[in-house]
Amino acid sequence: MNGSGIISGLWITFRHLMNTYIQDFQKGRKHYYTKEGIADRCAADTKGIFSIQYPEERLSIPENFRFIPFLVYREDGNGNKSILCTSCGICAKVCPPQCISIKRTTDPNTGRPVPTPAEFYIDVDICMNCGFCAEYCPFDAIKMDHDFELSVVDNRKSNLFDMKTLLKPETYYAKIRPTYFAEEESSRREKEAAKKAKE
Amino acid sequence: MTEAVVNDITLLLNEKFNLRVIPDSRPGYSGYIVPGDILLSFCIFLKTELGFDYLSSVTGVDYFPEQRMEVVYHVYKTAGCPVFCFKTTTDRENSSVPSIVSVYPGAEFQEREAWDLLGIRFEGHPDLRRIFMWEGFNGFPLRKDWHEPYFEEDFKPLKSRWPDGHGFRAEDSNHFHDNIELPAGFNPDSFTPEDEEPLYKTLLGSLGGEKGLKTDQIVVNLGPQHPSTHGVFRMAVVLEGETIVELKPVMGYLHRNHEKIGERNTFIQNMPYTDRLDYITSMSNNFGYAITVEKLMGIKPPERAEYIRVIMAELTRISSHMMNIGFMMNDLGAFFTPALYGLEERELILDIFEAVSGSRMMCNYFRFGGVFKDVSDTILAKIKALVENRLPGKIDDFDRYLTNNEILMSRCIGVGVLTREQAISLSTTGPILRASGIKHDLRKADPYSIYDRFEFDIPVGTHGDVYDRYKIRLEEVRQSLRIIKQALKDIPTGPIMTGKPQYMVRVPAGESYGHVEGPKGELGYYVISNGKPNPFRYHVRAPSFINLTSLAKMSVGEKIADVIVILGAIDIILGEVDR
Repeated sequence: MNGSGIISGLWITFRHLMNTYIQDFQKGRKHYYTKEGIADRCAADTKGIFSIQYPEERLSIPENFRFIPFLVYREDGNGNKSILCTSCGICAKVCPPQCISIKRTTDPNTGRPVPTPAEFYIDVDICMNCGFCAEYCPFDAIKMDHDFELSVVDNRKSNLFDMKTLLKPETYYAKIRPTYFAEEESSRREKEAAKKAKE
Repeated sequence: MTEAVVNDITLLLNEKFNLRVIPDSRPGYSGYIVPGDILLSFCIFLKTELGFDYLSSVTGVDYFPEQRMEVVYHVYKTAGCPVFCFKTTTDRENSSVPSIVSVYPGAEFQEREAWDLLGIRFEGHPDLRRIFMWEGFNGFPLRKDWHEPYFEEDFKPLKSRWPDGHGFRAEDSNHFHDNIELPAGFNPDSFTPEDEEPLYKTLLGSLGGEKGLKTDQIVVNLGPQHPSTHGVFRMAVVLEGETIVELKPVMGYLHRNHEKIGERNTFIQNMPYTDRLDYITSMSNNFGYAITVEKLMGIKPPERAEYIRVIMAELTRISSHMMNIGFMMNDLGAFFTPALYGLEERELILDIFEAVSGSRMMCNYFRFGGVFKDVSDTILAKIKALVENRLPGKIDDFDRYLTNNEILMSRCIGVGVLTREQAISLSTTGPILRASGIKHDLRKADPYSIYDRFEFDIPVGTHGDVYDRYKIRLEEVRQSLRIIKQALKDIPTGPIMTGKPQYMVRVPAGESYGHVEGPKGELGYYVISNGKPNPFRYHVRAPSFINLTSLAKMSVGEKIADVIVILGAIDIILGEVDR
């Protein structure tokens, strides 16, 4: 019959519309602006409304999420900061758009390189967020961030990140990637124990 | 190809061509070298006698210091067989290779691309103009001695970045004043674009010269900025009333010379760049590149990684097809309701990609010999819930919502028909080829990875029209769900990487052509390594680019409103078309 296809199609859209109201009625207020509500609306069995009201509501970021690298520093009890980076240059070598530039420190007396960076720059405008630098860093010194809200008024002035902007504490890293951090921590402890046992 | 088959073919060719076709004996290379003067008769022999009816890829290689160029052809049979490769050499300065468009019409755009980027002249090509670069462009960018503005070094990693790197913004060094080469006599200030002339000439020329131009024929440009062209893509059409008389696609607005970038990069650095080819299907782009380089390296990923790869590639197919079905409806005038229904499912798949790889679209998930990270059981459970509980019902919804819709049927049935023979000869791939009734799917025809272990069907159309393409996409989503279900059942535990992850992989010298059945069609990579950290040649056989060869054939004789739908049903992504 002519028109039956259109009617059965319209029935699907109508059901979709009604589902939103049914869900609202069942779930009540906590369906919006709460963590459970957002998770519920993103689940595989969700019905009705699907969208998230950004920025009032935010999707939860999975731990694997990667955006713009940062450098990790460690702080001991006395407030001494130590940068984990040894300026070996692997991140600069593996970076596909070549957005990382590192200046190695040289000892002024001997002229030999010292394993810490003197300058470290990332051109955020051309960083493609591939995550290779964090993946191949042998010292766990460079990691991918979770902070994706980077819009600035003048990118010409602020989008060349230097060491001051890039450095973030290890505790921050532990907060955004708890399982990664735990894994790395345990493997480091094992290595240290093995080293001690050798001695 | 097995040893016996190769020997058979060699004997046959020796007999037919008097030992003039010689096997390529360079280490790591395969195939045959055909002299230019017998290339055409060789192609006819291949097509008619040996049954290699499908031309997969045509590309050139510049052997710079040796002053010669090579044109590389890959052909196979649509009935299913491994790829057959042959090459022909030509001089670098006065290059001349006979065009094989008369035998394999699917070579048209690919030969134009080789002319544009490498400067290989194809004698007898019907329309040898630049395809990606603009007419004021000097030189041929893929040649080894061509340098881009602000060229630093031939190969990455660049020495200026470490150990004495001084931060600078790449954008600051990107203004167009010096370090740019222009053709002799070219003045950008007084330049008026004239590329339209040759375009319109070929457009009208095919109608029997300008004399034949009647008053009621008009030239209309659809695009480059047009909501229905899915990006910056232009169709120059000649209209008679509302009917299309001739059509020429114009592309290259998004061209960035992916292949040159790829040859500057190290092997692993290309992986994130492949994401940006067809940005809807980054996982399957990764897949193709990974298996091509793995072929060269002679490694195989562990079992678990293979299963993860298949699951991710099939999820990609689902999300791409859902999106295409939705946006094709947009082109039909069903504004955004179907598209958003499609995007809803895609969103859930992207959530999984994000949790697995760290990024929603630019996944960069595959590595040579495995994948980047293991997939946790919670994510596997999520995929399972999606694949078993949600998606099948949603596909049925789509089916109920659209397939029998009278408007859709009257707009799609019988529109943009491509016959069986045309589909093969124009080198279309993917859903378009299958809609024309050819049961060809690389997952079965030339199985890669572990696809031979899964049970699935290849949906085939009968009429080769837009409606069949739509139905095949729907059916392919169902088949992908079947594959994922089987893979989720059988996925073993174990390592996800062969060997240690390396940032500088060692790739032995040689050539390799790897292809996967991407959502848009056959996605092929042709990689030559000379043992150094960077690929010597890196070529992408982009399915949506080559599918566009058939656009003119499909559209001529149709109404102008239908061209929009035909283009929508080809499913192009400009990131891949223009590369």
